[in-house]
Amino acid sequence: MTSASPILDIRNIEVVYNNTIQVLRGLSLSVPRGAVVALLGSNGAGKSTTLKAISRLLELEKGELKSGDILFDGKSVRQDSPHGLVRRGLFHVMEGRRVFEDLTVEENLTAATYADNLSKAKQRFELVYEYFPRLHERRDGLAGYLSGGEQQMLAIGRALIANPEIILLDEPSLGLSPLFTEEIFGIIARINNEQGTSMLLVEQNAAMAFAVADYGYIMETGKIVLDGPTELLTKDADVQEFYLGMGGHGDEEHKSFRDIKHYKRRKRWLS
Amino acid sequence: MDWLFFSEIGLAGIGTGGLYAVSGLAFVLIYKATRVVNMAIGEMMMMGAYIFIGFSVGLALPVWASIPLAVIVSGIMGGVIERAIIRPMLGENAISVFMVTIGLGSVLVGLVEIIWGADPRRLIEFVPSDPIFIGEAYLSPKVGYSFAVAAVIVGLFLVIFRTWRGGVALRATAGDQAAAYSMGINVPKVFSLVWIIAAMIAAVAGILVGSIGGVSPNMGVYGLSVLVVVIIGGLDSLLGALIAGIFVGLIETYAGAFLGGEYKMLATFSLLVFVLIVRPYGLFGTHEIERL
Ligand SMILES: Nc1ncnc2c1ncn2[C@@H]1O[C@H](COP(=O)(O)OP(=O)(O)OP(=O)(O)O)[C@@H](O)[C@H]1O
Ligand SMILES: [Mg+2]
Repeated sequence: MTSASPILDIRNIEVVYNNTIQVLRGLSLSVPRGAVVALLGSNGAGKSTTLKAISRLLELEKGELKSGDILFDGKSVRQDSPHGLVRRGLFHVMEGRRVFEDLTVEENLTAATYADNLSKAKQRFELVYEYFPRLHERRDGLAGYLSGGEQQMLAIGRALIANPEIILLDEPSLGLSPLFTEEIFGIIARINNEQGTSMLLVEQNAAMAFAVADYGYIMETGKIVLDGPTELLTKDADVQEFYLGMGGHGDEEHKSFRDIKHYKRRKRWLS
Repeated sequence: MDWLFFSEIGLAGIGTGGLYAVSGLAFVLIYKATRVVNMAIGEMMMMGAYIFIGFSVGLALPVWASIPLAVIVSGIMGGVIERAIIRPMLGENAISVFMVTIGLGSVLVGLVEIIWGADPRRLIEFVPSDPIFIGEAYLSPKVGYSFAVAAVIVGLFLVIFRTWRGGVALRATAGDQAAAYSMGINVPKVFSLVWIIAAMIAAVAGILVGSIGGVSPNMGVYGLSVLVVVIIGGLDSLLGALIAGIFVGLIETYAGAFLGGEYKMLATFSLLVFVLIVRPYGLFGTHEIERL
């Protein structure tokens, strides 16, 4: 594979649930290697469905990829089993965190060692605890007793254990306080920066998503309606009105994201 | 009331309960990981006992070889059952899978009758017969040794379950299947493994139960008592199965001793009804269990 080819390439996919409900209607998008790409859209647009189609978890919900194709690392995911795809380097952090509540924090991380060679995965526990010292403090406690923010940290921590090429992140800010959201996004930016992991980031919080992403897609009822580099999208009047929630004036909104932007700039500098 | 007699009955009850606990473990393991209500659990125990007969009598192998062989062959059968008839049912509704396991039970009974005939049989005596005394209380050696084996199995299982990485995969799969897939856990393989382990545990339980009371093709009705145990304990709680097993064993034995043998079942089922009224999801079960 040449490094120019995207790590993830979705070509014109259609997804149907229960053979009746069509949710995706010819959706295409791609994630360049090493990039963070944001996917935005209102409730029910089909964002989670897109991620499930990529990670093949769709099958568990009687969803089917009717047409089009999804290439991960140049190869169609159609031949992969969901767990096989994880081992090939694609990790899906599902909506709502989905930690194993009756397992301890450390056991949750252990569960993710199945994604990779065991001894290599074991070595990355340190890395996770370095990114999330809070998880280290609570490593022997049950994951079900963590706060929502800590659970999101654990969900991302599991992804780190797997050491994937790309992480699909479904609404990491869901139900988190602004402070926690900022912390999580700071770490997402750091992971992308320091580990070189590509990311496809689904978000409702457009301002946050644009602060870390290089490129953005906006979808409505199953297809992409707008896409572009995040600087351009941020300036788009419609996007400002519907997704950034600032009727034209709203620069103060962006000040709090300075820290995250800082990582993004540094990455540009490095590349 | 005679205190010694009372404690002797108690010991016998705990002994019986130990076997319920192991059998319950085999049931709960399958239910917890795969959400299959396995109605064939009694028949799987029976199959294990008959396979033991096959090795120890049919092939005249020594007991020390026959037991592990029977357990291994049962494990293989468990794997085959999962692969051939349970996995194709994946995603079907719970009732259909439930019916399939009832069918499986009949098939196992049929198999046993074809190979070994329908008459009850005794297992080769392999339990030491010197009486056991705990303090002054007498305990039947068969019950005593069976309980010891049951306790070792349960203990071993719990240790493995907590420390081995496969235990984590199993508990993760039981907790959230989709999330387990998303960790890279081979969920179908976990299902196979669970059926293999459960079939092995069921075989041990079947051999122990058979060593006490002999075996016959309708030994599968023992599965009904196991079902009562796991419903009381909460279908998806390993600890619940263990505690409820002992509890039901005690109640049954005391009812049998003080009220008469015909009250055994009445006592257990009254207990079942009582528990279901007070805690519909069992003593230790989680709330969202599907009602059949
Ligand atoms: N398993 C399923 N079976 C049937 N329909 C489904 C299923 N999952 C999702 N849908 C439908 O597909 C549509 C898109 O759902 P999806 O979860 O992908 O939306 P989303 O963009 O992630 O929304 P949100 O922002 O609320 O998470 C919705 O109309 C939903 O009702
Ligand atoms: Mg969603």
